[in-house]
Amino acid sequence: MEPAVVLDGLRKSFGKTVALDGVDLVVPAGTVYALLGPNGAGKTTAVRILATLLRADSGRAFVDGHDVALHGDAVRRVIGLTGQYTALDEALTGRENLVLIGRLLRLSAGDAKRRAAELLEHVGLSEVAGRSVRTYSGGMRRRVDLAASLVGRPRVLFLDEPTTGLDPASRISLWELIAETVREGATVLLTSQYLDEVDRLASRIAVLDQGRVIAEGAPWELKAKAGGHVVAARVAATLVPAAVAALAAMGPVRSHQDELTVPVHGEAGLLEAIQRLHDAGVAADEIALRRPTLDEVFLNLTNGRGSDARAA
Amino acid sequence: MRGLLDVYLIAERNLRKVIRTPQFLVVEIFVQPIIFVLLFAYVFGGAIHVANGSYIDFLLPGILVQTATFSGLNTGLAVAEDLRNGLMDRFWSLPMSRFAVVVGRIVADTLLSALAVLVMIGVGSLIGFRFHGGMPQAAAAIGIAVLAGATFGVVGALLAVIFRTPEGIQGVGFAIIFPIVFASSVFVPISTMPSWLQAIATRTPITVTVDAVRALSLGLPLHQLPLTAVAWLVAMIAVAGTVAAVIYSRMGAAIRA
Repeated sequence: MEPAVVLDGLRKSFGKTVALDGVDLVVPAGTVYALLGPNGAGKTTAVRILATLLRADSGRAFVDGHDVALHGDAVRRVIGLTGQYTALDEALTGRENLVLIGRLLRLSAGDAKRRAAELLEHVGLSEVAGRSVRTYSGGMRRRVDLAASLVGRPRVLFLDEPTTGLDPASRISLWELIAETVREGATVLLTSQYLDEVDRLASRIAVLDQGRVIAEGAPWELKAKAGGHVVAARVAATLVPAAVAALAAMGPVRSHQDELTVPVHGEAGLLEAIQRLHDAGVAADEIALRRPTLDEVFLNLTNGRGSDARAA
Repeated sequence: MRGLLDVYLIAERNLRKVIRTPQFLVVEIFVQPIIFVLLFAYVFGGAIHVANGSYIDFLLPGILVQTATFSGLNTGLAVAEDLRNGLMDRFWSLPMSRFAVVVGRIVADTLLSALAVLVMIGVGSLIGFRFHGGMPQAAAAIGIAVLAGATFGVVGALLAVIFRTPEGIQGVGFAIIFPIVFASSVFVPISTMPSWLQAIATRTPITVTVDAVRALSLGLPLHQLPLTAVAWLVAMIAVAGTVAAVIYSRMGAAIRA
């Protein structure tokens, strides 16, 4: 099957700031693909180029087989976009917003109304459909916004930080809507700063940092790449410096509160860590071999940017 | 022409918003024009002497054009507001005409300013205003006033794509549009101004337009006035519209990069 999205050597600068520094990506059709990275990594720029809102300086990008620079109109026919800022008309009702999008997509007045009602039902907002968006909560706005990007039954849906600023319940309900959209056959490209979100939704991830892809793969692949396993030890707070010193020879030690982690390869690493802590006279409350979390993978890949959990 | 349907849909959306915000409708379409008509008629009416006829007959054609310029600034403010809104990203990522977003706004505002013209004529006629030139001339006067509304809407859109912020547009409105409107034949006969100002004031498109509307409503000799006014307004739409379109099409939606 043809990939849903292809980025080929994409570059974009704003003045002296390099937003995308040669990005290559292939998003398989029918999957949820996540662009993960700290603020300023270039995630939003990539999405805006794909949605034909920005032009790349060089390189090419294809959506559903159409070149975004040459056939913008064909691209706009197959995409839906939910940006970081809610794109709704505050003065209009939720229903009117969706009907307007439907009409602009050339649905007849009747079809636009039916589609709006169907989507409002789908996002659980039928009761407030006739109220102006001004009266909606943040979570309700996001859901209508997502519905607005679904009006044209897009083949490729771009979601730029879809749950930023939402409360946990709203996030979970939005995640369910996104998963459902993919089950119906769309491809979703989402950007996120939240590892739990990506871990839960995405089948593949590209980690962006300073405009480059620094890692790409399925979540489990990325976790395996970061050393396969980590030894995680819990020690009394006063013993943390001694424990860090004892384990430092094995690799970069990270400490988060009273938990220390160090990447290892296999069970021998666990034995070595126990031996080293014992020799240093540090009694661990807990010590175990486990897979790294996506957070740990992410911090490893970005050299701990955006985090203070770094220790060497 | 698929763009026409887009323009219609966006214009309809803007009118719907106006109906949803009655404060705006009442203030822009009724209160402000009525206040201008009444204030100038009664406050300055006694002090300003016009050659032939009453001051209200002189004043009303001027107020019609003056309201058109202010409504154009409102269009500019609204377009700037639209450009800052996340909604623009959605419109620009749809397979619709991107010009329709701005043109639809101008069309809606022109319809509103046409309504304001009729309201002002109604109020004026309550305090003595009459068309003295016959029906076709009255219709032509109203037509030129509405065309002026559309023209200043395009100028407002141009200011919006240049300045991009309501503050910038208000600044220009106050520093440039305001003086041009007052230094014209809108409120007073130009012959009462110092000669250096007369030299400027007689040549502005505002004066040309007001003189045409006034000649048509008072039944004065027309000379080439209506034609000159229409030529001015059409030329302004063409020039401002082209420049605005070029800037707008290059904007690439990168206002909030």
